[in-house]
Amino acid sequence: MKRVTIQHVTRIEGHAKITIKLDDAGQVTDTQFHVTQIRGFEKFVEGRPYYEMPSITSRICGICPVSHLLASSKACDEIMAVRIPTAAAKLRELLHCAQIVQSHALSFFHLSAPDLLLGMDSDPAKRNIVGLLEEHPDALRDGIALRKFGQQAIERLAKERIHPSWTVPGGVNAPLDPHARQEMIAELPAAMSIVKRTLYLWKKTLDGFPDEIESFSNFPTMYCGLVGPDGSMRLYDGNLRFVGADGSIVADQVSPNDYATYIGEATLPDSYMKAPYYKPAGYPDGIYRVGPLARLNVVDRCGTAEADRELGEYRQRLGTGTARRIVQSGFHYHYARLIEVMYALERMAELLDDPAILETKVRAHAGVNSLEGIGIIEAPRGTLIHHYKVNDDGAMTWANLIVATGHNNLAISRGILQVAKRFVDGNKIQEGAVNRVSALVRAYDPCLSCASHALGVVPMVMQLLGPDGELLDQVS
Amino acid sequence: MTEKVKVRIDGEVIAATAGQTILQVARANNKYIPALCYMEGLSAVGACRLCMVEVSGVARLLPACTTPVQEGLAVATSSPQLQSYRKIALELLFAERNHVCAVCVSSGHCELQTLAQDHGITHIRYPYNFPRLSVDTSHPRYVLDHNRCVLCSRCVRTCDEIEGAHVWDIAGRGINSRLVSELKRPWGEATSCTSCGKCVQACPTGAMAEKGFGVEEMTKQRTVVSRLTTMREGQ
Repeated sequence: MKRVTIQHVTRIEGHAKITIKLDDAGQVTDTQFHVTQIRGFEKFVEGRPYYEMPSITSRICGICPVSHLLASSKACDEIMAVRIPTAAAKLRELLHCAQIVQSHALSFFHLSAPDLLLGMDSDPAKRNIVGLLEEHPDALRDGIALRKFGQQAIERLAKERIHPSWTVPGGVNAPLDPHARQEMIAELPAAMSIVKRTLYLWKKTLDGFPDEIESFSNFPTMYCGLVGPDGSMRLYDGNLRFVGADGSIVADQVSPNDYATYIGEATLPDSYMKAPYYKPAGYPDGIYRVGPLARLNVVDRCGTAEADRELGEYRQRLGTGTARRIVQSGFHYHYARLIEVMYALERMAELLDDPAILETKVRAHAGVNSLEGIGIIEAPRGTLIHHYKVNDDGAMTWANLIVATGHNNLAISRGILQVAKRFVDGNKIQEGAVNRVSALVRAYDPCLSCASHALGVVPMVMQLLGPDGELLDQVS
Repeated sequence: MTEKVKVRIDGEVIAATAGQTILQVARANNKYIPALCYMEGLSAVGACRLCMVEVSGVARLLPACTTPVQEGLAVATSSPQLQSYRKIALELLFAERNHVCAVCVSSGHCELQTLAQDHGITHIRYPYNFPRLSVDTSHPRYVLDHNRCVLCSRCVRTCDEIEGAHVWDIAGRGINSRLVSELKRPWGEATSCTSCGKCVQACPTGAMAEKGFGVEEMTKQRTVVSRLTTMREGQ
């Protein structure tokens, strides 16, 4: 038996290693996805005052600190047992939509577009954002502009792009500046034009990836995401819905407080990332996915006009199962991500149009009124759960964080096996094979620093080990 | 009648009153000398060693906050050597406990942080001590985070000299010194505490804060102590 190790995976957030085991004939027999760092947030926050949790947990990630800020603030709202002011809830959702836009733009344009627009087998020396600048300057410019829009909106709302302190337990700490509102309204049409252009381009390009569509996590799993009471998409609030591989709704309107009834967490011997599973189905049969692909599989509709039109076309073109709800291939995370950007922009427009967004009562004050709090949002990469317990004085006694990439752990691992079986062959590693395995991981846009709550730089390496474990080849 | 003296600070001749300290005279004449444990209105203890100055004819450095002026005294408040020593003192404060500005309630309003910025400290040359320290959340309104305490004792003196309750003390020795309330009772169980909060306002860092304040939100009224002292002296 031989073994290939990819260490480190590049163009992802965090550190990962992939091991591919080969038999004597050079055929793939098994794969493993390892997350190699640990940070221990859940442990070292013990003893801290609960209201510090938003700022501490947002340090888990510099890409989407807003996601952790919001999930944490929601958990703290529960500990305070307050209903936050209406304007505060709207402002938090607005911030969250801006975060979705910038994070999805980063994933699609900065991280994955080199594979998608330059080709999986293109020269690795140029298969990066600089190569993209030479070959597709307009697309890259669009990507940078879209991300900038999202980041600027975050800054206009929260005063800082990264790790803002605006979102606090009980709401936000300052009302919306009317001038900032006007600036965001003025910038929205240009951002929407970029998304429309990119969707048009992507829909034309999609048919050029039949092998990737066929082999990128193209297997049945369940799906999980937040939905509103009417089954429409929810990113900031809502209840959990689980949908089966055939599109049937398995569990619906699950209150965030009941998440533990449905989600179990397995620990894996070779990874610092846990593997959540749908509890009623057990481990590992309860494999499910979260994130853009899963959210579109879970919702009945987006709830905004343009995004719903795109969702209709997406399902018409790719959907299977009940009501053509299910799009199975992990490759379509990219497509789903673009539709979600459209939804987020439309939702931002709706929220900014609402006069209530300018109300000045934006923060509820309270002490500890509940010893436990759970906050769930749909982060860019999927469902994010913060669950805290405190003592009577408000000191943290226990924390559990389940992040999007964690939910997708089993699916990513199984997807790596599928794509490796399709592309990795023989005793000599082909660079294109390495890249496709990495591209599968990138499709999920995993954030491994979040998943392990771990220290992370980026990359990934692939090693080929012989039957006795000797290193035959390595690509990094 | 108070005796008038003439001193020279950084070359400038300044009229002062005997009994005043170098720091008091310097501040009254807009001469900057950094200090952390000193607070106007409280007794001076010379604990932080940031206000060390050079005095002509004295081989060693002297703390400006506890050294009284006398006729003909010549003081240098700044020199490469003083800057170097002050940076060392500040870096050791950072290395001793867990000062994580990014998640601190006082970030942006912290005297330690401001001093570090004023002295151009971009990194700490000494290994961090990373002590495992507790947070006392037992008081209903206030919180004490030992991770952020620099043992300046301003809270101890404020409670003793201004409020008259003497809840706080420093227990232990050296690096094991800890701020304690009522002989190591949790703050919330300290029966002598009047919950006036003046210790919180006197604290230069985020070690003492009001409950419920998020990162960067804890601004303090630093002049509470001196204002109270001035008003009492006027009675």
